Amino acid sequence: MKPVSPQDAARLRARATLRKGLHIALSYALLLAILGFAIFPFLWTLAISITDKQASGISIYDFPKSLFPPAVTLGNFYEVITKLSLGKYFLNSVIITALTVAGTLVVSALAAYPLARLQFPGRGLVFGAIVSTLVLPTEIAFIVNVLTLRDLGLLGTYAGVVLPLIATAFGIFLMRQAYLAIPGTLMEAARMDGASELQILWRVMIPLSVPSLTALGIFTLVGTWNAFFWPSVALLTNDELLPMSVAILKLKGQFNYDVFNVAAGAMIMMIPVLVVFFLAQRFFMRGLEGAVKG
Amino acid sequence: MKRQALTTTLIAYAFLAPALVLMGLFTFYPVFYGSYLGFTDYTVADLASGEGPRWVGLKNLEFVLGDPLFQTGLLNSLKYLLVVPVLQIASLAVAVLVNQKLPLMAFFRVGYYIPVVTSISLAAVMWEWIFQKEGFLNWSLQLLNLMNAEGRFNWLLNEHTALWAIMLVTFWRGFGYYMVLYLAGLQSIPAELEEAATLDGATAWQRFWLIIVPLMRPTLLLCSLLSTIAALRVLEEIIVFTGGSGGPLNSTYTALLYVYNKSWGNMLNANFGVAGAAGLLLALVGFALSYLNFRLTREERSER
Repeated sequence: MKPVSPQDAARLRARATLRKGLHIALSYALLLAILGFAIFPFLWTLAISITDKQASGISIYDFPKSLFPPAVTLGNFYEVITKLSLGKYFLNSVIITALTVAGTLVVSALAAYPLARLQFPGRGLVFGAIVSTLVLPTEIAFIVNVLTLRDLGLLGTYAGVVLPLIATAFGIFLMRQAYLAIPGTLMEAARMDGASELQILWRVMIPLSVPSLTALGIFTLVGTWNAFFWPSVALLTNDELLPMSVAILKLKGQFNYDVFNVAAGAMIMMIPVLVVFFLAQRFFMRGLEGAVKG
Repeated sequence: MKRQALTTTLIAYAFLAPALVLMGLFTFYPVFYGSYLGFTDYTVADLASGEGPRWVGLKNLEFVLGDPLFQTGLLNSLKYLLVVPVLQIASLAVAVLVNQKLPLMAFFRVGYYIPVVTSISLAAVMWEWIFQKEGFLNWSLQLLNLMNAEGRFNWLLNEHTALWAIMLVTFWRGFGYYMVLYLAGLQSIPAELEEAATLDGATAWQRFWLIIVPLMRPTLLLCSLLSTIAALRVLEEIIVFTGGSGGPLNSTYTALLYVYNKSWGNMLNANFGVAGAAGLLLALVGFALSYLNFRLTREERSER
């Protein structure tokens, strides 16, 4: 090998530094471009929602002016709530989401306990049945579920939307994992003290599983708030109870719809999700297998 | 001691009861009863008059297989699978990009995840404006001199572009989700491996295809399976963008949309027998694709 002179070494080092700097600059350029792709639709919708449409000659397609509204107002938000009764649909979303989250937490926390901690005949069978829901072709279940809800008199009610959603393999397995991580000695101690299984669940398991319960609650909350297909089918016969996710498209489907009001409605629907997401981002960024996306 | 065991069993099933009842009623029963309906004649008129389903054997399956609309739907659903490789490779590349030890990476990750927590109905509202004739996409293309004012068109109303436009939205809502899954997998690749390759003069492009992609193959295949099943079942996207019509000229009509439009999507003409048969056929295709993927992953495992 040829010895490297000090000058050569310095030149090589300089070149390496330059290359590294170029690489970093290129990385950030790419990162920013992708960020633009990811959030541009929101930025534009936000701009439309606060545009003062009374100011003459405003078109949402007048680029780049429409991205930077010359006159700003909150009037569109006021209009969409008062004239188009978005408040009603917002409340429906809140009720459906709250019931689904509460139901999922209770059902999962209860069902996971015997699967994780009790020995009983049929345990393997029950476990297998719950696993099998992951591979069953559930995409056709909606056909029959509407018939079932009709027979139960639940079609077009909040309960009809919520009940089919709350028993999920995902929720039960998440809680089971949490219970399995709790040391068995704690349970034994509680049993020695004469605690019942329900007391053990409530006083020992649940308090020690708060992180998993929170994660399950947040995933369910975001998923339910955003859900479109099932509520639109389960509430086929009752427009009054539609959540915002379905109502916003009805609003947009109306003849001669007002883009500014629709944009304001979209923002009203998005903001709660964004707040929850920013507060709980670590749950999402940890890569838990949540709802599967295309 | 025997009594104790009995009590435990009773308690166990009491705790399991809500989950088992709900799953039985709303997951197992509909899948099996829905499959049974596929072999019967059962329409919304029968439902109204209180008539039960009548067994007709394979009649519905034959009808569905011969129905050009279902064939178009299945073809479009399979075409939709093209989004899978693009989405997976791009998500992995984005994961590699945000996995660098540089400032602000957490910020970018959070930004990329925002589309994942966006409702499909909001995505439809926002992206429809982008795809308009006067919309942002055409304006950008004009700015880049890739299109002139006369050449502008609405991407969702052109039968050659509508499905691709909707696939772009699926991509937009999916890449942040898979990025997070790949980030978890990337932690297991030793940094020395990449450093050594860099010292040997490998470009970023070579490092990606020759080191990261082969090492991430198990995760890539798993994510591809998840993504394939979701893409084959594409329905919501089509409903929100086309109002359930699958237009223009059925160019976005998918197999599951057929199931939907033969049942509750078109309530007054609902034919649950035909819908159930079409659902069964789609499920079979899904199983076949999953099996294919499973075989691929198994070969992968036995090679190691």
